[in-house]
Amino acid sequence: MGLIYALNGLYFSAFLFLTALGLSIILGVMGILNLAHGSLYAIGGFVGAYLIGLMAQGNMTLTLVGALLGAVVAAGAVGFILETTLIRHMYKRALEYQLLITFGILMLIEDLIKLVFGGESRYASAPCDAMGSLDIMGHTYSVYSLFVMAMALAAGLLIWWLMVKTRLGIMLRAIEMDREMAQAMGIPMRSLTITAFVIGSALAGLAGALVVPTSPAVLGMGMDPLIMAFIVVVIGGLGSLRGALLGSLIVGLTRSFTIAYFAELEMPLLFLIAVVILIIRPQGLFGQK
Amino acid sequence: MKKYLFTSRAACYLVALIILLSLPRIISPYHLTLMETGLSMAIMALGLNLLLRYTGVLSFGHGAYFAVGAYAVGLLSMYLPEHFTFEKAMLAAIVVSALISALFGFVCVRHTKIFFSILTLALAMLLFAVLEKAYHITGGSDGIRIPIPPFFGHEFEGMRRFQFLCGPYYYIVVGIFAASTVLMLAIVNSPFGKALQATRDNELRAEMIGIRVKRYRWYAFVISGTFSGLSGGVWSFVNGHITPEISNWVFSGEIVYMVLLGGFMIFEGPIVGALLFTYMRLYAIATTEYWMLIIGATLIFLVLALPGGVTGGLYSLYNRLRPKRAQEAFRE
Repeated sequence: MGLIYALNGLYFSAFLFLTALGLSIILGVMGILNLAHGSLYAIGGFVGAYLIGLMAQGNMTLTLVGALLGAVVAAGAVGFILETTLIRHMYKRALEYQLLITFGILMLIEDLIKLVFGGESRYASAPCDAMGSLDIMGHTYSVYSLFVMAMALAAGLLIWWLMVKTRLGIMLRAIEMDREMAQAMGIPMRSLTITAFVIGSALAGLAGALVVPTSPAVLGMGMDPLIMAFIVVVIGGLGSLRGALLGSLIVGLTRSFTIAYFAELEMPLLFLIAVVILIIRPQGLFGQK
Repeated sequence: MKKYLFTSRAACYLVALIILLSLPRIISPYHLTLMETGLSMAIMALGLNLLLRYTGVLSFGHGAYFAVGAYAVGLLSMYLPEHFTFEKAMLAAIVVSALISALFGFVCVRHTKIFFSILTLALAMLLFAVLEKAYHITGGSDGIRIPIPPFFGHEFEGMRRFQFLCGPYYYIVVGIFAASTVLMLAIVNSPFGKALQATRDNELRAEMIGIRVKRYRWYAFVISGTFSGLSGGVWSFVNGHITPEISNWVFSGEIVYMVLLGGFMIFEGPIVGALLFTYMRLYAIATTEYWMLIIGATLIFLVLALPGGVTGGLYSLYNRLRPKRAQEAFRE
């Protein structure tokens, strides 16, 4: 069973990685802890479920690709709107205002989702059923879970390439390191912060859309991922890609194995790890002070 | 003493107290219980503001100490029913929340800015997870029902909860609220309070003139946490039922919201905010299914257009209307 638990852990980690990566990029580049990040995840989930329901009759590959793309675009667009209308006024404001505005956005989006999609849960298990399951050393395991892991890996590689190899990424990292200096060097701050926020939002949307084939889209679905992603970012370090990866692996595997052996301890243990890391190394395992 | 007894602030407090005490004759019993919620929240908002306004750190996990106070009362009623009286329950809420905030605060005060907020949030969630998962001790997510306690030997046996809340309990809440407000006012105006503000304004300079910054911040944290614990204890009787949700970060966010809504730059702002928030939330829930939309939009409007909160807005309006010279003199 150990293998299955490990696979389940990796599967949790995949979602965590996608959500936490977005949160981490936004935190790193803009210095804003986006409490509405879970809401973008929920938007991705609802849009994904809606699109899968719409195209359920067609080719399953096409449906899935369409749903994921749609969710990514929707979450990215909402992120764009949020940044250009509200968040942009927040960079120079005090911490309490930055946190509270994202808290306000969280409440706002929660009800907007209810307004647009209705209050009932949306099921969209078709892609997961269509992929079936396969046999891994005598245990049946869903192919869709492996697909999620592959997607997370692909997204991670893409972001890594973007951040390390491209001009855009270099400029974003420059902002992360020293905001004022970056501005003095003539880096276009406005467009880059928007880009970072949109990328972060889109990643959350992707994670949300990936989850709906296995569990229905419900109101408040973004709350748990937000807090989990928050733990990952705390463990891994603010604004660090490696940190997000390692953090999500730690959290995902811890979660899977504690659920299997001491289910009661799952949440307390995760928060305990986060608290201990915050106390001994507040910048996280890979973060810079 | 004279200096404090005959000021306009003291006069305002007296008027406010008289209004509060005469409310049972004016408003309906239902609104009276709402007022009790608002007043107990106000105690916590004052506590939070000691950290936010006077110490310059933002706790995003103050629900934890509120929960500690409430659970101290709840656990006392569950495990030591023979000792379950109002005064002992309050004592338990105060002592336990002071201990827990001393423990949590000890690690939090080493950090400032966003690290402080994140750490307080994580600690609150740790407590939330423990309260929810320790089903056999705390009742898990079902929470604990709080019975009506005897008060200084006086039994309210046979009284229904609603009667108790609308009758004697209201005066108890007002009394505790008034005492806490005066105590907090004394704290922020004491040399200790001034030292805190010095650490907020310039940590290094405060350290250089001999203020032990971290220790002072820790004291402030403990005082703030104890106020929250007291608030949680008082509130637990009003609500009659407590669940781990009060330690969830969402509730902590609402507390910050209250403080901001009232305006944290003015001492009484958090009180106004707590009362306003309690009413606003209830009306929003009562009128529409989409109450979070209203609350959220109000919060966004507040942050963008009225950063000083309601009292801050009124104050600047008042300032604009008075002659220039008086303005200069009034400035802090």
